[in-house]
Amino acid sequence: MTATLATVAYLGATVLFILSLGGLSSPESSRRGNLFGMVGMAIAVLATVLGPQVEPKGLAWIVGAMAVGGTLGLYAARVVKMTQMPELVALMHSLVGLAAVLVGFANYIDPAATAHFKGVERTIHEAEIYIGVLIGAVTFSGSLIAFGKLSAKIGGKPMLLPGRHWLNLAGLLLVIWLGTRFVGAASIESGMLPLALMSVIALLFGIHMVMAIGGADMPVVVSMLNSYSGWAAAATGFMLSNDLLIVTGALVGSSGAILSYIMCRAMNRNFVSVIAGGFGTGGGTPAASGTAAPAGEVIAISAPDTAGLLREAKNVIIVPGYGMAVAQAQHTVFEITKLLREKRVNVRFGIHPVAGRMPGHMNVLLAEAKVPYDIVMEMDEINADFPDTDVAMVIGANDIVNPAAQEDPASPIAGMPVLEVWKAKTSVVMKRSMASGYAGVDNPLFYKDNNRMLFGDAKKMLDEVLAALKA
Amino acid sequence: MSQTLGVPRETFAGEKRVATVPEVVEKLIKLGFAVKVESGAGDAANFGDDTYRAAGAEIVADAPGLWAKSDIVLKVRGPSAEEVGLMHAGQTLIGFIWPAQNPELMQSLAARKVTVLAIDSLPRMLSRAQKMDALTSMAGITGYRAVIEAAHAFGRFLTGQITAAGKVPPAKVFIAGAGVAGLAAIGTAVGLGAIVRANDTRAEVADQVVSLGGEFVKVEYEEEGSGGGGYAKVMSEGFQKAQREMYAKQAREVDIIITTALIPGKPAPRLITAEMVRSMKPGSVIVDLAAEQGGNCELTEPGKIVVKHGVTIVGYTDLPSRLAKQSSTLYSTNLFRLTEELCKTKDGVINVNMDDDAIRGLTVIKEGSITWPPPPPKLPPAPAKAAVSQRKVSAPAKGHGHGAGEPMSARALATVFAVGALVLLFIGNNAPPAFLGHLTVFVLACFVGYMVVWNVTPALHTPLMSVTNAISSIIAIGALVQVAPQLDDFGPGRPAAWILGLALVAIALTTINMFGGFAVTQRMLQMFRK
Repeated sequence: MTATLATVAYLGATVLFILSLGGLSSPESSRRGNLFGMVGMAIAVLATVLGPQVEPKGLAWIVGAMAVGGTLGLYAARVVKMTQMPELVALMHSLVGLAAVLVGFANYIDPAATAHFKGVERTIHEAEIYIGVLIGAVTFSGSLIAFGKLSAKIGGKPMLLPGRHWLNLAGLLLVIWLGTRFVGAASIESGMLPLALMSVIALLFGIHMVMAIGGADMPVVVSMLNSYSGWAAAATGFMLSNDLLIVTGALVGSSGAILSYIMCRAMNRNFVSVIAGGFGTGGGTPAASGTAAPAGEVIAISAPDTAGLLREAKNVIIVPGYGMAVAQAQHTVFEITKLLREKRVNVRFGIHPVAGRMPGHMNVLLAEAKVPYDIVMEMDEINADFPDTDVAMVIGANDIVNPAAQEDPASPIAGMPVLEVWKAKTSVVMKRSMASGYAGVDNPLFYKDNNRMLFGDAKKMLDEVLAALKA
Repeated sequence: MSQTLGVPRETFAGEKRVATVPEVVEKLIKLGFAVKVESGAGDAANFGDDTYRAAGAEIVADAPGLWAKSDIVLKVRGPSAEEVGLMHAGQTLIGFIWPAQNPELMQSLAARKVTVLAIDSLPRMLSRAQKMDALTSMAGITGYRAVIEAAHAFGRFLTGQITAAGKVPPAKVFIAGAGVAGLAAIGTAVGLGAIVRANDTRAEVADQVVSLGGEFVKVEYEEEGSGGGGYAKVMSEGFQKAQREMYAKQAREVDIIITTALIPGKPAPRLITAEMVRSMKPGSVIVDLAAEQGGNCELTEPGKIVVKHGVTIVGYTDLPSRLAKQSSTLYSTNLFRLTEELCKTKDGVINVNMDDDAIRGLTVIKEGSITWPPPPPKLPPAPAKAAVSQRKVSAPAKGHGHGAGEPMSARALATVFAVGALVLLFIGNNAPPAFLGHLTVFVLACFVGYMVVWNVTPALHTPLMSVTNAISSIIAIGALVQVAPQLDDFGPGRPAAWILGLALVAIALTTINMFGGFAVTQRMLQMFRK
């Protein structure tokens, strides 16, 4: 295969990748979109392997490595539970980050790769290696920590070192200084030390950054790391002068950036403050201590009574949150939904953008439980319908249905868009206990006259509701 | 000690309505009140004394007796001079008073040291006041009755029909003013099969007109006519000219005109000139609902039906009274809702709470002192517009497609452009052409990514992440080219084993992603079904 043919193949792959992302604009076209992605990837890999840059003698090595990786990947994809998707995605980000680091190092120590660069071109090339390794290392360690937090191997509470902003700043300055040493280095050996040192600092920075972020800010972090893995690929593309990598990296990078932005907006927080961490310190003083604590009594309700409410209702909106994922209750939720829909009850789902631990998490869980996606609504689509709703059922969610976000300007979550469940005729909140949400904000919803609390494990309670509905 | 509600017979000539119907009497008694009704009060509205008695009311033979024994008197029309004479200090009167139009009545009522709640002075902007809004319920009846009167006076079917004897075209009805009465008239006329057009100076009612099956006729002139409080305002000279032309055109075309245009505190606007009436087809009908305020038509004679230039002009001012049973039922329900608000304790004693916006607005005389006009309510009607624009800002994301929210301010945009230009200038001065080519590709790809990803539906954000993850394993190419490059003569200086090792590990890692990412995405997408 000639060089021009390989370039044309890359162009085709690029177009297929764009179509692949474009396909995700609706569930109907999404499966085809994914297929485009696979075809694009196959074309890109084949064009490279069969192209002028790879000698046939390397084929065996390549096939071997790909067989190992492919087997592992397919196995992971088969066994992962849908509730574990955030962990899997975080872990995979770390792999991309690590690969970017390895490719960067390999490229740097290869005299064949750098020999033809002179003057400014050489400087730029070295800077590209440096930046590629930097982003890759941050992505790698950050994603690993995110994986640990999401799979509860590491505590979800933010770890806040004293003077952490200064630590980060010092790290950044050090990285810049090492960069100037690296780019000016006379030989590969003398450049190795700054590069290795920088890698260590970048790894530590990645760990520190994600450790400082609370559990429910995870959607932002996961999408941010997604973005980083793209930028790492783009930097590698610059290093190798490969347009396919640059384009793909830029696509992935901007996709992750947009997701982070959407998540931040859904929490009414700005990106910098999420990354700086320290929100929802948990366990400490409740953040709302200065404001009037909601007074009044909560009214508990039993599972059979909840079933009665649902049976009498015409319009029901179910608002799921992370608690539903934890309790693995999505299948029971679907059973209830099916039963009610057979009885001509209009059941719909209202999904808050940050419900769960990654963007779109709830949608995937409900899809897994076979809930048809046309009754799963976004917050903006469904918020206006709550006044006409008879029962709004909140399953394992708290802050995303907190009226204080609208009513109490002093609340830490003031201004965050929320699902207005309290406007329904009756709202039922399923919850283990009266503990506040991750933001440490008490929820006045619980004390409203039209709200009922169904205490207990979500799965167990929903099973009881289902049994009562069937009876 | 519970209070007594009294319902006298309306004394105004031709008034058939009654302030309380037997059904509501029962509800009032449940609130803890005793109810007394003057004998014959409901006769004209087809509610006999017996039905009141059956509902639990006590029938009182004559007006003086009733007024003397009642703590609260419920009326429809404002009291006559004799009735004012029957009132005693401490008594409360509820009914239509129109304090602005009746200053003498207000003075004489104040002199009796009574409390007066004018149902017409209800602050209509308060949403919880809607259930008490008797003006609205009466206006709805007026609109309905206006169409019935028009149909009665009109010599043809309203609906189009194809009969054995030939084709009958549907009547064309034009309704001026799409307030409550206008909208009710539109609905009624559409229901009877007529072709209905309507106009209003407030452009925002166009949707309501269309939703009822009417056609909204616009005046070709730019001006917003909302005067706050749900009423229209006086329009500019230019607008009025354009409006007159439009009315003249409609007058030539339509069979029935119903005018409902009122401006609070002002004589009704003259919309239909004698000239326009002359241009109408013989046998046409005009129903002028503004007759009491001088009429929207020049030739209207209040309270009468006249025929001029072959056009029947209905100037009745008592349309609700002509549908007495219906209007009495609605009116008494409004009064019942008001009584509920006055007697929140449900112990049969009213409390005229002047801190309550709705009740403050209604109360025009409090224990002999005139409290009208009320101070502007705490909820000013003016920010209606601001609220709309705020809503626009706070809801930038609708469905999917999102859009990037509001545009940046010009200053921020200029800063961004300036910084961008400087950066580009620096790069252009220093970087080699090969790098610039890649940079071009990179920047354009960022924009493509931005456009494409905004179109992704939020429901698919998790698959989006896993597929971008899979795609980012394209980094494998970087490793692939390092495994066995075509070398010229680097020979021993090249740490080939190291490079091969690093590259192979990188390939293995990225293929995990590549296969795993696509496979898990496929698995997820299979689950999304209708």
